[in-house]
Amino acid sequence: MIRVILASALSLWAVAAQAAIDIQQVTSPGGIKAWLVEEHSIPFTSLEIRVRGGANLDRDGKRGSVNLMTALLEEGSGDMDARQFQEAREGLAASFGFDVYDDALAVSATMLTENRDEAVGLLRQALIEPRFDEDAIERVRGQVESIIASNAQDPSTIASNTLMTEAFPGHPYGADLNGTAESVAGLTREDLLQAHRDTLVKGRVYVGAVGDITPEELGTLLDSLLGDLPDDGPALPAEQTMTVRGGTTVVDYPTPQAVAVFGQPGLDRDDPDYFAAYVLNHVLGGGGFESRLMNEVREKRGLTYGIGTSLVDKDYADLWLGSVASSNATIGQAIDLVRQIWADVAQNGVSEQELTAAKTFITGEYPLRFDGNAQIAGILVGMQMIGLPPDYVVNRNSYIEAVTMEDIKRVAGELMDPANLHFVVVGQPEGLEAEAEPAVGTIPAKDAATP
Amino acid sequence: MIRLPALMLGLLAASPTLAQEVTTATLDNGMEVVVIEDHRAPVAVQMVWYKTGSADEPPGVSGVAHFLEHLLFKATDDLESGEFSRVVAENGGTDNAFTSYDYTAYHQRVAADRLELMMTMEADRMNDLRLTEQDIETERQVILEERNQRVDSDPSAIAREQMRAAQFLNHRYGQPVIGWRHEMEQLDLQDVLGTYDLWYSPNNAILVVAGDVEPEAVVALAQKHYGAIPAEPGLPPRERQQEPPQMAARTVHYEDPRVSQPYVARSYIAPARNAGDQKDAAALVYLAEILGGSSFTSVFAEKLTFETPVALFSGAGYDGTALDDGSFSVTVAPRPGVSLEEAEAAMDQALREFLDEGVDPAQLERVRTQLKASEVYALDNVEGLANRYGAGLATGLTVEDIKAWPGILQEVTADDIMAAARDVLDPKSSVTLYMTAPPEPEPVPAAAVAPAEAGTPEIPAEEASQ
Repeated sequence: MIRVILASALSLWAVAAQAAIDIQQVTSPGGIKAWLVEEHSIPFTSLEIRVRGGANLDRDGKRGSVNLMTALLEEGSGDMDARQFQEAREGLAASFGFDVYDDALAVSATMLTENRDEAVGLLRQALIEPRFDEDAIERVRGQVESIIASNAQDPSTIASNTLMTEAFPGHPYGADLNGTAESVAGLTREDLLQAHRDTLVKGRVYVGAVGDITPEELGTLLDSLLGDLPDDGPALPAEQTMTVRGGTTVVDYPTPQAVAVFGQPGLDRDDPDYFAAYVLNHVLGGGGFESRLMNEVREKRGLTYGIGTSLVDKDYADLWLGSVASSNATIGQAIDLVRQIWADVAQNGVSEQELTAAKTFITGEYPLRFDGNAQIAGILVGMQMIGLPPDYVVNRNSYIEAVTMEDIKRVAGELMDPANLHFVVVGQPEGLEAEAEPAVGTIPAKDAATP
Repeated sequence: MIRLPALMLGLLAASPTLAQEVTTATLDNGMEVVVIEDHRAPVAVQMVWYKTGSADEPPGVSGVAHFLEHLLFKATDDLESGEFSRVVAENGGTDNAFTSYDYTAYHQRVAADRLELMMTMEADRMNDLRLTEQDIETERQVILEERNQRVDSDPSAIAREQMRAAQFLNHRYGQPVIGWRHEMEQLDLQDVLGTYDLWYSPNNAILVVAGDVEPEAVVALAQKHYGAIPAEPGLPPRERQQEPPQMAARTVHYEDPRVSQPYVARSYIAPARNAGDQKDAAALVYLAEILGGSSFTSVFAEKLTFETPVALFSGAGYDGTALDDGSFSVTVAPRPGVSLEEAEAAMDQALREFLDEGVDPAQLERVRTQLKASEVYALDNVEGLANRYGAGLATGLTVEDIKAWPGILQEVTADDIMAAARDVLDPKSSVTLYMTAPPEPEPVPAAAVAPAEAGTPEIPAEEASQ
């Protein structure tokens, strides 16, 4: 069974840290590493597993194979068909989620202490011995095709897919990971076996575990669950920079409210200016009701129900993206405002008051994220994937505190590029023409690197 | 942040159901207080639930309860417009609000030591809002854009709105919470203040505080901040217009060119959880799970996907937390090549077979096991528990009812479920929705473009097919 996957624009790791959780680094007898927070007060455990690669590993002409394969992991394995597998899982009251994103395959599991070994055995079977029965393939293929058709009618999805296609031609990021009706129709069982072999590999696994489990128990669990995966997979994609610059693309679509997504290149997570950029984004459009964009576009003028921006750090590209929806009659006004504010902040930075408020919020909100086993497990696995040390959770807020007005002003000036902020509008916007032919073409990553 | 004092660990591990203690109190002015303790993280959630929602609106002003919810973030006598959320954010917290048919709730999530500040501000806006005409003008545009985004941009949302309007002829559950556009466009300050002055008072409100807090301290703070607000003596009873008995099945056809996946859905009038009487609702929770709760093991999955390839997706839904009778719904999205008529016929047959065959005991036990386990998982989600109490109390349940609910769920039998199914799955009290794209122009058969024979009606092919 496949569900519609909403890829979050905000990465899990988000920024920073100052929470006092006790993170243990566990290595299983078989050499598999995990981070663990023991939490024995409620008798269950949450596991978050990510395998780097994800939909990036679709082979040529097989777009959608990793997605379809992932959806089939719960559709029968070992000696169980789909229904037998689900009956067994329901009987244990365990929950398993299998999702795929551009950069990773994600497995989320929650299991009771009283039957954890059986639940792990079932999950192992799904990961290691999926059957890919023909009837299951056809059933899920039909579901994926229905989703592709629905996405083609959904203004928000049309907008973000259009932007990504313009920005990353020829790169996996430029093509929806569901694949196209044509590519999905052509996928065979062999393609799914290949996708499974390519994607689920031990050398790219990251694990976060939180709950009623000891380090020793977790070590045994990891070997049992993941020990039989192959060691490594095919090469991962190359770094890429957004190739689209400035202008507006209009996609004509009959809907009362136009949707706009907009973007420009972002900043690498490892860049020394990253924290300044993060705070800057918060002031600009990341901070809910308090952001500049929300205040100007919604609170003062009532042009939208919501507008926001985020720094999107994918494994092989860095973007700064935003979105807004407004009636066809007013979307042009909303876009003009975004451009003006983008230019104003690039030139003038933000006020002392905005900076202080942003830092207070960002540092105050951080510990509030650690509020449930699955949430914490997600944070742990996200940190590992971007190479942060465990003590990042303790030090993170000091990195935010260290951001100065000068940093913000410098980063705003260097990074924000109003002339190159590109818009994609889906709808029938009034008085808004496609202003420029988007410059499509591959710009080598290093040439186009951020200033 | 998680703190795990060693001493407490042993205690809690021994008795996990004690991980969250629930304490209740009532202030002198009638405001109910619920405190849910969870000391694992130094976080507190404050929620204030008003026992009023869109179904309490007078006729002609649909959407006013939700509009008011937006406007509560504007100025009061003590706070500037927008200051509420700004102060929450400056304290590292998050806040929002939501409106439903039966309640309107405001909530903040902050470090536990900021709770009093949250109470100060929430108490302030219970009675002291200072709205301007400019607030009305601007925010009305925002709610219209919200309607655009949530409903008018989504054919499925439009279809569900039409279906619900057809289900409830007389009860205001048939009016959308967001409001009908033409009425939203006319909402003015008087409409908003009418709702505010009538319903926003401590004797119509429930305070739920959950997290790293001590009950005595919370009640003392509540007394200080909310207890000072006088009760509204003129608080009206929540007597809504009730539905007449439904005498005929109703059908709604919604066509929209943006539909790519057609589906058929049906809703039936169904009882809600009632104070002291939650058994029928508990049986309906099982019925929804058994009919459509799993894409693999439910009755619909088995009969409509695995045995005969009719459905791409199917489901069943029931939410019993409502003040008046609500609805039970079923949905089937057919595979390509299967018409909605065929899908509906297959769904009806599946329902008939289920009524004949009864509940599979193994499936029943799996659902029971999962509902039981969900109580363990729920202990990890203190906001979910807060919602349980807020929504329950706002829809006429008592604290005892809410505490008893998981136990009542565990006691449901196959007979209860079948009795509920026979009661509820009555075509006469149903609305069936067909959602589809307009028919494609049919390809013109070769014969049709041949010169018409004399005497046959001359209908140009293009017109005939449009």
